[in-house]
Amino acid sequence: MVIYLLRRLGLALITCVFISIFTFVIIRLPPGDFVDAYIANLAASGSSVSAEQAEAMRREYGLDRPVVVQYGIWMGRVLKGDFGVSMVWRRPVTEVIGDRLWLTMAVSVSALFLTWMIALPIGIYSAMRQYSIGDYIFTTLGFIGLAIPNFLLALILMYLGFRYLGLNVGGLFSAEYAQAPWSLARVWDLTKHLPLPAAVLAMAGTAQLIRIMRANLLDELRKPYVVTARAKGLTEMRAVLKYPVRAALNPFASSLAYLFPYLVSGSIIVSLVLGLPTVGPLLLQALVAQDMFLAGAIVLLLGVMTVIGTLISDMLLMWIDPRIRLEGR
Amino acid sequence: MSIAIDTATPPSAPLDEKAAAAEARYAQATQLQLTWWRFRKHKLALVSLVVIVLFYAVAIFADFLATTDPHATDARRSFIPPQGIHFFDENGFNPHVYGLRGVRNPRTFQLAYSPDPSRKLPVRMFVRGYTYNLLGIFETNIHLFGVEGARAGESMFLLGTDQLGRDLYSRILVATRISLFIGLAGVVLSLFLGVLLGGVSGLYGGWVDLVIQRIIEVLRSVPTIPLWMGLAAALPRTWNVIQVYFAITIIISLIGWTDLARVVRGRFLALREEDFVVAAELSGASQGRIIFRHMLPSFTSHIIAATSLALPAMIISETSLSFLGLGLRPPAVSWGILLQDAQNIQVLSGAPWLLVPAIPVTMVILAFNFLGDGLRDAADPYG
Amino acid sequence: MADRTSLAVRDLAVEFRSEQGVVRALDGVSFDLHAGRTLGVVGESGCGKSVTARSILRIVDRPGRITAGRMILDPGTPREVDLAQLDPESKEMRGVRGGRVGLIFQEPMTALSVHYTVGNQIMEAVLQHADISKAEAQNRAIELLREVGIPRPETRISAYPFELSGGLRQRVGIAMALAGDPEIVIADEPTTALDVTTQAQILSLLRRLQEEKNIALMLITHDMGVIAEMADEVAVMYLGRVVEFAPVEEVFSEPRHPYTRALLRAVPSILATPRQRLSTIGGAVPHPGARPSGCPFHPRCSEQLGALCTEQSPRPVPPGRSGAACFKVDQSEAVTA
Repeated sequence: MVIYLLRRLGLALITCVFISIFTFVIIRLPPGDFVDAYIANLAASGSSVSAEQAEAMRREYGLDRPVVVQYGIWMGRVLKGDFGVSMVWRRPVTEVIGDRLWLTMAVSVSALFLTWMIALPIGIYSAMRQYSIGDYIFTTLGFIGLAIPNFLLALILMYLGFRYLGLNVGGLFSAEYAQAPWSLARVWDLTKHLPLPAAVLAMAGTAQLIRIMRANLLDELRKPYVVTARAKGLTEMRAVLKYPVRAALNPFASSLAYLFPYLVSGSIIVSLVLGLPTVGPLLLQALVAQDMFLAGAIVLLLGVMTVIGTLISDMLLMWIDPRIRLEGR
Repeated sequence: MSIAIDTATPPSAPLDEKAAAAEARYAQATQLQLTWWRFRKHKLALVSLVVIVLFYAVAIFADFLATTDPHATDARRSFIPPQGIHFFDENGFNPHVYGLRGVRNPRTFQLAYSPDPSRKLPVRMFVRGYTYNLLGIFETNIHLFGVEGARAGESMFLLGTDQLGRDLYSRILVATRISLFIGLAGVVLSLFLGVLLGGVSGLYGGWVDLVIQRIIEVLRSVPTIPLWMGLAAALPRTWNVIQVYFAITIIISLIGWTDLARVVRGRFLALREEDFVVAAELSGASQGRIIFRHMLPSFTSHIIAATSLALPAMIISETSLSFLGLGLRPPAVSWGILLQDAQNIQVLSGAPWLLVPAIPVTMVILAFNFLGDGLRDAADPYG
Repeated sequence: MADRTSLAVRDLAVEFRSEQGVVRALDGVSFDLHAGRTLGVVGESGCGKSVTARSILRIVDRPGRITAGRMILDPGTPREVDLAQLDPESKEMRGVRGGRVGLIFQEPMTALSVHYTVGNQIMEAVLQHADISKAEAQNRAIELLREVGIPRPETRISAYPFELSGGLRQRVGIAMALAGDPEIVIADEPTTALDVTTQAQILSLLRRLQEEKNIALMLITHDMGVIAEMADEVAVMYLGRVVEFAPVEEVFSEPRHPYTRALLRAVPSILATPRQRLSTIGGAVPHPGARPSGCPFHPRCSEQLGALCTEQSPRPVPPGRSGAACFKVDQSEAVTA
C-alpha cells in the first residue's frame, strides 16, 4: 500500500514538473521576452521605460541567463507564491486571480458529484435491464449528451433562459453578492447558482460514465460470484447491488482520474459562455492580451489542482479495492 | 485468433448444407470481413456511416451546393432572418424567394434591407452564381440551385445572414470542409503518433514501455483546454490562414494520440502471447513480417474503431478553440468560427438563427460516436 | 434404495432462444437424488451438466428457460414442491437456494467476491436463512469454517479470498454452501481447478460432511476417477440427455452405452503398458444447436447400427433403474429376455 501511494505521489510530482515546464514554455513562446512586451504595453498606455530600467528588469528575471536557469529562477519564485505581476491589471497575479480559482474548483467538483449521482443509478439500471425500453432511452440520451459540446449546451440554455424567462441564467452570484465579501449569505447564494453550470458541465461526463458503468456491470454480471450470491438465496437486487456493482465501482472511481481534468477543462469554456467568475474568462483575456504571467499562473494552478484531484481519486480507489489496500500485508 | 467459431455463443439453425457452407465461409473470412459482417448488423452504426459519408460529400462539394458567396459582405443586409422558399404562386409551381427592399431605419436613418413580398426571385436548378474551384481543379460558377435575375446584394438566404450580411447557409456548407478535414488531419497525425508510440511500447516492453506509459499518464491527468489555449494563443499573429490551420491541427492531434496509443499497446501486448505469433516467431519470420503480416491485420479493426471515436473529440476541440477565438481566424470559416458570432446573448436573442451551426456539429459528433461504437462492438465483441 | 428421495427430476428440458435459433441445452433429463447418497453426473464439456445444476436452483442465465419437466423437492412429504413451477424471484425459491439446496462451484477464486471478507460472505448466507443476530451469525460462520477444516477460523474470517490458497478458498465455498443447512448439495466440478493433493482433501471433506449431515450430493464432474471414488450412482450425460444410468460398480465393470465405454477408455490407467497411446473419443461434441438426427451420439459412435441410429432416437433411461439410451442395448436386452 505504501509502495502504491509512493508511486502515485511520484507520478503526481512528475506531472507537476511537466506542467510547470509547459507553463514556462507558454510564457516564453510569444516573440521577444516579456520585458519587451511589458515595455510595449507601457508604451501603449503612454509611459515609457528607459533602456537602463529595461536592463535592470531583465537582470532581475534572469533573462540574460540560459533558459534552464531562467526556469529555475521562475520556479523558485512560484514556489514562494510569487507568480509575477499581471501586465494588464498592473497588480500581482495572485491578487488578480483571487478566489476565482476556488470558484473554478467549486464548479468542477460539484459537476463531478452530479456526474456520479446521475451516472451510477442509471448505469446500474441500464445494465440490469439491458435492451429494455428504459435502457434504450437512457442510452440514446447519453449519446446526445455526449454529442453536444458543453459550451453549445450552455449557449442554448442561455438563449432559452433569456428568450423565454427573460433572465440571465449565467453567473455564480446574484447582483447584490457579486462583489460582496464572503459571508454565509453569499455562500448560500453561490449554492443556489451552482446547479446550472454544474449540470451543463456534467452532461458529457455523465453520458460517458453511464456507458462505462453499464459496460462494466454487464461484464461483472457474468462472473461466477454473482451466481454464488444468487445461489445463497439473495434477492436479485441485493445480489447485484452488493457484488457486481461493488466491483464495477472500481473503474468508476478511477474514471475520476481523467474525468476531473476533463471537467476543469470544460469549466473554462463553459464559464466564458455563462459568464462565471472563474479563471476561465480571465485566462482567455490574458491569452488574448499576451499577459503571459497571468496566463501562465492560471495554467499552472489549474494543472496542479487537477493533479491533486487525481491523487485523491487514487486514494479513493485504494480505499475501495482491498486488493490494493492490502498489497504487501 | 480464436474468433472463428466460439462454442459459447448459441449457434444458428439446425445443421444443414446451407449452415455448413456459411460456417465454411465464416472460417475462411479475414478479420476485416468478419468485422464488416458483424458491423452490418448495427443498423444505427450503418445509418451513421451514411450520414458521415454525406457530410464529407457536402464538404467536398460545398461551393457547388452553396447559393451565395460565403465571404461576400454587405452591411445593408445584416441579420436578415431565414428566408423560406415559396414553391407555388398564382401561376402554379414556381419556386421563388422574395427579393430585398431597402428601408431606412426611422431612428438611425441607416439603410437596411428587408424582404419584399412584391418582388419574386425565381429559384432554379444549376444556375450561375459566384465563381469557385470545384475539387480544386475546375473553375466554374454553376451551383446546384440558386436565384435567377438577382440585383447586386440580392440572393437567397435560406438560414438568414450574420451581422456582416453573409449567407449563413453557404457559410455552414463551406465551414463543413474545414471542420471535418481538420479533424481528419488531426486524427491521421494522432494515429501516426499513437500507433508508433503504442506499438513501440507494447512491442519492446521494459523501460521504453514504462517511460511511454508514464508520459501517457501525465498527459491524461492534465486539463487540456487551458494548455492548448495557451499554445494556440502563442501562435504568431502574423501567420497566415494555412499556417494557423496546420498549427491547430498539430495542437489538437496532441490531445488524441494517448487514447490510440493505449489501444495499440494493449493489442500488441495481447497478441504477443498468441499462438500464431509465437508460431511465426518459431518458424523464423522476421520481426517486420510478424508485425505487418501477422499482428497488424488482426487489429486493424480496433484501430479503425478507436479512430472513429477519436474524430469527434478532434472536431469538438477545433470547434471549441475557434469558438474562443483562439483557433482558426477569419477569413477561414469553421463551425467554431460561425458559433463565435452567437456568443453574445443580446445578438443571439435578436438573431437566433446564428445557433444553427450547432446542428451539424451535434449531428456529426453523434454519427461518429455511433459509428465508433458499432465498429468497436464489431471488432471485439467480447472485449 | 431405501434412502429417502430428496429430489426427483423428470423430463427436464431447457432451451436457449436467440436470434440464431433455439438451442436445447437439456432434452428430457430425469434422475433422483437420495439423502446420504451421491449421484455422479459425468460427461464432456457442453453436455448440460452445469445447466442441470442451475436449473434446479432456477438461476439459468437469460435467455435460457425451462420448457418442460418437473423438479420435485422432497416428494411425498408435506414440504413437497415442484421447483419448475416456482417463480425464480419468489421468496419460496430464494428459501430453496442456499437453504434447502446448496451449491459448490468450480472456480474457488472467481466464485467469491474479492471485495468482501470471507466472513462477510458466509455470514450473509447464514443470515439469509436463519433469523439470528449478527454476532450469532459470526459464531456460526466460524463454526462452519472449522467444520470444513480451515485452521484458525477466528482469524481467517476477516481474510479476503485473494489472501487464501485455492484449497482453502474451495473450503470456504463449501462452508458457504452449507451455511443454510441444506439437505441437498450440488457440487459443480468442485475439484477441477485444484491440484491433485488438494482434490483428494476436498473430496474426502465432502464425503465426511455428507456422512455427518446425511446430505444428498449431486457431484458434477468430467473426471471418471472422481466418480469412481465418490459416487453411489452415475448418470452419464451427452448432449443434454442422460444416456446411461447405473450404480457406480456397474458403470465401471459393465458399461452399457458406447459413449460410457469410450469415456472409460479415455481414462489413463496405471495398468497400461508403457508408452501405450491413450484412447480418445473421435470427433468433437456437436454443438447443441446442431444436434445430429437420431441418436445424438451416432456420428462419433464406433458401434452404430446404421439407419436405425441415424434416424430414430433411442428411448430415454427410466429414472431409478439401470439402463442406457441405446438401440444396441435394447437389442441385446430383447435377446436375453
